[in-house]
Amino acid sequence: MTILARQPKPVPSLPATTHTPRIQPLAVTAFTATTALGRGRHAQLRALDAGMSGLRRNDLEGLALQCWIGRVAGLEQAPLPPALAQWESRNHRLAWMALNQDGFLKAARAAVARHGAARVAVVVGTSTSSIGDTERGYARLQDGRFPPELDRAPIHTPHALGDFVQAATGAGGPCMTVATACSSSAKAFAQAARLVQAGVVDAAVVGGVDTLCGSVLFGFNALQLVSTRPCKPFDAHRDGLSLGEAGGFALLEREPAATPQAWLAGYGESSDAYHMSSPHPEGLGAQLAMNQALARAGLEPAQVDYLNLHGTSTPANDSVEAAAVARVFPDTLHASSTKGWTGHTLGAAGIVESVFCMLALQHRLKPGTLNSRQPDPACGPQIRFATARGPVSHAMNNAFGFGGNNCSLVFSRP
Amino acid sequence: MNTTPLRARIEGIGLWAPGMPSWDAFRAGQVLADAPARPAPTLLPPNERRRAPDTVLVALQAAQAACEAAGRDPAGLPSVFASTYGDLAISDHLCQTLATAPAEVSPIRFHNSVHNAAAGYWTIGTGSMAPATALSAGAGSFAMGLLDALAQLAAGAPAVLLVAYDGQAQGPLQAYAPSRGLLGLALVLAADDGSGTGTGLQAWLDPQARADTPPAVAAGNAMQPALALAQALATRQPQLCLAGNPCALRLGLDHG
Repeated sequence: MTILARQPKPVPSLPATTHTPRIQPLAVTAFTATTALGRGRHAQLRALDAGMSGLRRNDLEGLALQCWIGRVAGLEQAPLPPALAQWESRNHRLAWMALNQDGFLKAARAAVARHGAARVAVVVGTSTSSIGDTERGYARLQDGRFPPELDRAPIHTPHALGDFVQAATGAGGPCMTVATACSSSAKAFAQAARLVQAGVVDAAVVGGVDTLCGSVLFGFNALQLVSTRPCKPFDAHRDGLSLGEAGGFALLEREPAATPQAWLAGYGESSDAYHMSSPHPEGLGAQLAMNQALARAGLEPAQVDYLNLHGTSTPANDSVEAAAVARVFPDTLHASSTKGWTGHTLGAAGIVESVFCMLALQHRLKPGTLNSRQPDPACGPQIRFATARGPVSHAMNNAFGFGGNNCSLVFSRP
Repeated sequence: MNTTPLRARIEGIGLWAPGMPSWDAFRAGQVLADAPARPAPTLLPPNERRRAPDTVLVALQAAQAACEAAGRDPAGLPSVFASTYGDLAISDHLCQTLATAPAEVSPIRFHNSVHNAAAGYWTIGTGSMAPATALSAGAGSFAMGLLDALAQLAAGAPAVLLVAYDGQAQGPLQAYAPSRGLLGLALVLAADDGSGTGTGLQAWLDPQARADTPPAVAAGNAMQPALALAQALATRQPQLCLAGNPCALRLGLDHG
């Protein structure tokens, strides 16, 4: 295959991060996630606490591939309400299901009423949007067109998710869909934070949704990155990822009406400048993103209590990420990958794992790394397999995507 | 609305459209009979250029031209890549393959199918470790990309590269995601500290405004709305209104 790659830069040549100014923390006033673990925050917390995985053998209709998946139960029986029927797709069913948990939709609509529709942005991330339904259209062409139930232009475009969330929430400010593969919904936080802090809007609905479809199952399989077994991040014997689907949202506000649930304290973004689908071998991009997130949050590495790793369970990602974490953080950090619970939810990973970070802040729960037994030799003492309990004041989330697209977020307890 | 407009200076412009393979050609308003049919950004080695998706080529061509015009090292610039549909030829090919022989999905086509493919090739080709994003916002894709770039300047970035592009739709998707030909427009935007050169730009959202009609260049391309700004720059208009999503984005231009 074509290798468009540059020789890795020497380690000392990390671009300077000293000029990254500290930012004003931004209030997270509502948040929610729906994954293979169930609907809403309580289901996530219960499964994380009990060490119960949401992965199952692939049972998706028409997508025969021997692997384990993190499928959200009940989507097939959960059509959109009539007023939103033109948006019908698996991805929007999951978006709607997620919006309706934990009072999120009510909180978003209240923010729209409080600030005015035009002062509330929608910035959401996805890697494949509703392309699963485009695939179904191709499989059932009638005279060159999709069958009547899929003959709807608004869903066959990357921005379908942003349009849908805008229609569902009534937000009337700037609306964009971030699509940087597996960092998408982490980047959404950074981009929305800048819109709020620049005064363009007063609040933003952020988040992301991705659903299982042929493109990702067979695409990742073609790259030989899918395991036939449940994924085991950072394990010496890991042999690939398990794909999952998920949706989640957070509401960011400059001036919250009540005590925030958490603060978005910092964000860091970088590019690997190395390869389209392999990480930088020394994890320089990852390191840069983590350093910048710390700088924007005004934190020393030792102040971070929990790090939710990207930790996909592919052979390349985990050893590189572990080495980068070991360079940035002291041994005392509790870092883990939660992909063994949810699978890799791609463009939704950023929001799902941000929700896990905020749950860690609220419930003193630092998840371990499910399914993993024998640490990869690259793992420093930061990488933890066992779940722990204890106070969490600051939590970081890593999300890295194809194209070498990295984003780290820091959340802090109010 | 937003009482304080976002500000920038436009330091460099890059453009590639059918028959108008440069900003100078666009500004002259003349379609060149001998213009190349496909952009050939020198950033990519020839073998990569042959295999890269057309949308990646047009994005890189425009981006490279804008950086050269600005005299900026691309490696130091955060970048925003805006595209309505990404590469529709690859989407069509993937969906066709999945419908007939899913096990034959090509790994390269798959990683090229991500919406941030052009951003990925750009950062690899220029060796840039600066942040890159990729977004879509329907007919407002250009305006939302511009807004994100301006917000980055407001957050302290000295300069940002904005690249907007779309390509040719193929197969059954044409009926749902219509786009014709290739179009790329790139701008290097710098923080407006009062000392810079180039055209001054102010932007603010306006829910009531109606977008100006773009010129009849690259007709049918989904990124055509971006050419309203190119036209305003070429003809030194003092203001214009870009299609947003849903709010229009009003721009004031100070040509100096």
